[in-house]
Amino acid sequence: MALYSQPPMSYTQEPTTAPVEHRFNPYSDNGGSILAIAGKDFSVIAGDTRQSEGYSIQTRYARKVWQLNDKAVLATNGFAADGTNFVKRVKQRLEWYEHAHHKPMGLKSIARMIQTMLYGKRFFPYYVYNILGGIEEDGTGAVYSFDPVGSYEREACRGAGAAQSLIQPFLDNQIYFKNQQPEAGSEKFVPGNLPLSTVLSLVVDSFTSATERHIEVGDGLEIYVVMQKGRSADDLLDEKKLAPGLKVEELGALGEGEGERTFLVRQSLKRD
Amino acid sequence: MVAAKSVEAPNIGFDFSNYARNQFFGERLQGIPKATSTGTTIVGVIFGGGDSGEEYGVCLGADTRATGGPIVADKNCEKIHYLTPQIRCCGAGTAADTEFVTNLISSNLELHALSQGRPARVVTAMTMLKQYLFRYQGQVGAHLVLGGVDVTGPQLFTVHAHGSTDKLPYVTMGSGSLAAMAVFESSFRENMKREEAIALVARAIRSGIFNDLGSGSNVDVAVITKNGTENMRNYEMPNERGIKSRNYKFRRGTTAWTKEAVRSLIVSEEIKSTTGAGKDQGGVEVVPVPTGAGAGGEEGMEIDT
Repeated sequence: MALYSQPPMSYTQEPTTAPVEHRFNPYSDNGGSILAIAGKDFSVIAGDTRQSEGYSIQTRYARKVWQLNDKAVLATNGFAADGTNFVKRVKQRLEWYEHAHHKPMGLKSIARMIQTMLYGKRFFPYYVYNILGGIEEDGTGAVYSFDPVGSYEREACRGAGAAQSLIQPFLDNQIYFKNQQPEAGSEKFVPGNLPLSTVLSLVVDSFTSATERHIEVGDGLEIYVVMQKGRSADDLLDEKKLAPGLKVEELGALGEGEGERTFLVRQSLKRD
Repeated sequence: MVAAKSVEAPNIGFDFSNYARNQFFGERLQGIPKATSTGTTIVGVIFGGGDSGEEYGVCLGADTRATGGPIVADKNCEKIHYLTPQIRCCGAGTAADTEFVTNLISSNLELHALSQGRPARVVTAMTMLKQYLFRYQGQVGAHLVLGGVDVTGPQLFTVHAHGSTDKLPYVTMGSGSLAAMAVFESSFRENMKREEAIALVARAIRSGIFNDLGSGSNVDVAVITKNGTENMRNYEMPNERGIKSRNYKFRRGTTAWTKEAVRSLIVSEEIKSTTGAGKDQGGVEVVPVPTGAGAGGEEGMEIDT
């Protein structure tokens, strides 16, 4: 009787395609690019404001660069949701630090803290490339760059994000003077001594050029400038010295106001 | 007498012998290699007739951005291809495929017109395209908007890479097709005037340029009526690059070198006057190669004189 109770073996045992694994992918790439350049007594941290997914623009204005305290600015790039959430947690840790120690956290300490926070999620990482810029305790401009799991380094300049491969070689040439021979008899090039006006022009040109050739970069540009205490801001506030189309505003002190000043420079980028 | 080899497999039909090989390479590499694809916005509308008081025509439009992944490969390419004097074809998809398919069909339409003694119709072009594309089962990645005017009036089609076609009064294709169709669905009317149609097409393309990352740069327009085609290359240029804030001219001697050797490339030269092919043919304007003002000239590179 059991002869036909089951379908013939040839049906059941027939190898079909391999089992299909369905999986939720929690990450996304939201494009855009960031960059930071350190000067002698200032630091410049910039990012475009386009947020995209695939071929669609989610918004033409999403913040990627964040003021942490009076001497530190953090730029995030990669998965936007992780970026905003990571910044939120960094700010919270900075607040706890102020409550515990009655002073704002120094730049190099913030850098080390970001390392531990990123590595703390080593097996479910924040899909974010971070660049931290600001003024060190000795008054020098500094840039720290991170990978998503916390490897970091202090540098004179760094580009990251979708157009990193377009921006970084340009910065290597213009900031580190790579592949450039000084004139016979003249002094060697030393990185990190460029005036603020030059650095701002390089940042603007980096982003207008990246906008030309990378589809995920565009819409708007935000440049944060952090200055050493006591440094004159005349070179930034003088309209004549600034490239046309740039708008400057000073951001008031977040903490007690120990003398460092932060400025926000905005410019529009192409929208196509 | 030739013995019939009827038992052997006939040498026709599909050949899938490279399938296993490609899968094998796909496993070794990071996926099977893909051809360069262009994100694109291309559109077309039929206008005229009715109470517009104007003759029937077709208006085609395209953006001018060509991409390879997220990188802009060409900022001002041409996507409206010539088929016949009265038929044009906008191409989206794999750049090489749209180029070669339209070239091939253009040649065949010319031969067809010659053998039949009258201009080829748009349906003929459409049929030739779909039959060619169907044969390649979507592997030839050409997504087309085909438009023109023939003895039967204005004609507008879309042709998909797999070979299916649509005949509609307004069409869009490419990655910006949704952005452009949104404009058409809100503003298309039958029997528009020529200028209205051009303005609508330009607006649809602009919608693609600004809202679709795969599309960008300029608007190209072509207007076809029974009197011929008016090609409006770069009809609008809403995305011109501003001036750079710095000058990146390098000082002479910036590039380091280890060894310098100068030698003449011409070892010996002998001049003989000839007749025929070597002789000056006349009627050919000899244009000197531009140097200072040529490519690179604007970028501040100097040419030694």
